[in-house]
Amino acid sequence: MNQAATTDTRTVTIEREFTHPPEKVWRAISQPELMAEWLMKNDFKPVVGHRFNFRADPVPGWNGVTGCQVLIVDAPRKLSYSWADSGGDAVNGVKTVVTFTLTPTKGGTLLRMEQSGFRAGPDDRFYQGAQYGWQKMLAAMENVLSRS
Amino acid sequence: MRSIPPDDVFRSLADPTRRAILERLIREGELTVRAITDESGVSQPMVSKHLAVLKGAGLVRDRREGREAHYAAQARGLAPLVNWLEHYRAFWSARFDRLDDLLKRMDP
Repeated sequence: MNQAATTDTRTVTIEREFTHPPEKVWRAISQPELMAEWLMKNDFKPVVGHRFNFRADPVPGWNGVTGCQVLIVDAPRKLSYSWADSGGDAVNGVKTVVTFTLTPTKGGTLLRMEQSGFRAGPDDRFYQGAQYGWQKMLAAMENVLSRS
Repeated sequence: MRSIPPDDVFRSLADPTRRAILERLIREGELTVRAITDESGVSQPMVSKHLAVLKGAGLVRDRREGREAHYAAQARGLAPLVNWLEHYRAFWSARFDRLDDLLKRMDP
C-alpha cells in the first residue's frame, strides 16, 4: 500500500470467507443484476473507465446516488472502482476507492473489500469527542440524520 | 448551502449547557426560547446566546412566530460529524451478509 495514502487517509477493510469458488463470487460482484441483489441498483459494466452509479433510496441531504468509475477488472481476482457520494451533501460526502480482492481457499474464496481514501480529519475529531461522553448524543444525532 | 467546518460544530458542542439544549431539541422537537429556558437552569439571555452559537454552527434553525422565537435541531448540521468509517464498516458488513445469502441462491 502507498505510504502517503496511509498517513493522510483511512481505510475500511472487510474480509470474509465464502464457501463458494472465486468464479461464482466474481459473478456476484461484477454482474449488475446480481450486484443489485446484495449491494445496490446500478449500471455497472466490467470495463475499465466505465462510469456508473449505485442508486439507493434518497434521504434528506443525499439523493441516494453514488458516482463510480471502474479502475481495475482482473477476473476472478481483483475488481476496483472509485466511489463518491454525490448530491446536496457532496461537500461533506466521501471520495473513496473500493477494491475487492478474491483469494482461492481450501473451502472457497476469501473476499476482501477495502474502501480507501477517507479523510482523517472529521473521524479523528469524532474519536476525540468520544472522551467527553458524546457517543450517546452523536448516536442520537445520527439517528435523527437518517430519519429526518 | 455553505459547509460548516467540523471544528465549529465541535466547538459549539464543547459547552455542557449547549449540549443539553441541543439534546433536548433533538428529543422534543421544536421549542420556544421560553420553554428551553424553563428547564435549562440558566437565564433567558444566556439561553439566547447559546442558541446563537448553535445556530452559527448550523445545528439549530429558528423561526419567529409573533413575539416568540422557536428553535429546532437541524440534522443537516451534524453531517460533518458523521463517522464515515463506522458508517461504511457497518454498511459493508451488512452487505456481505446479503452476498452470502445470494451466493447460496445462485446457480453453481
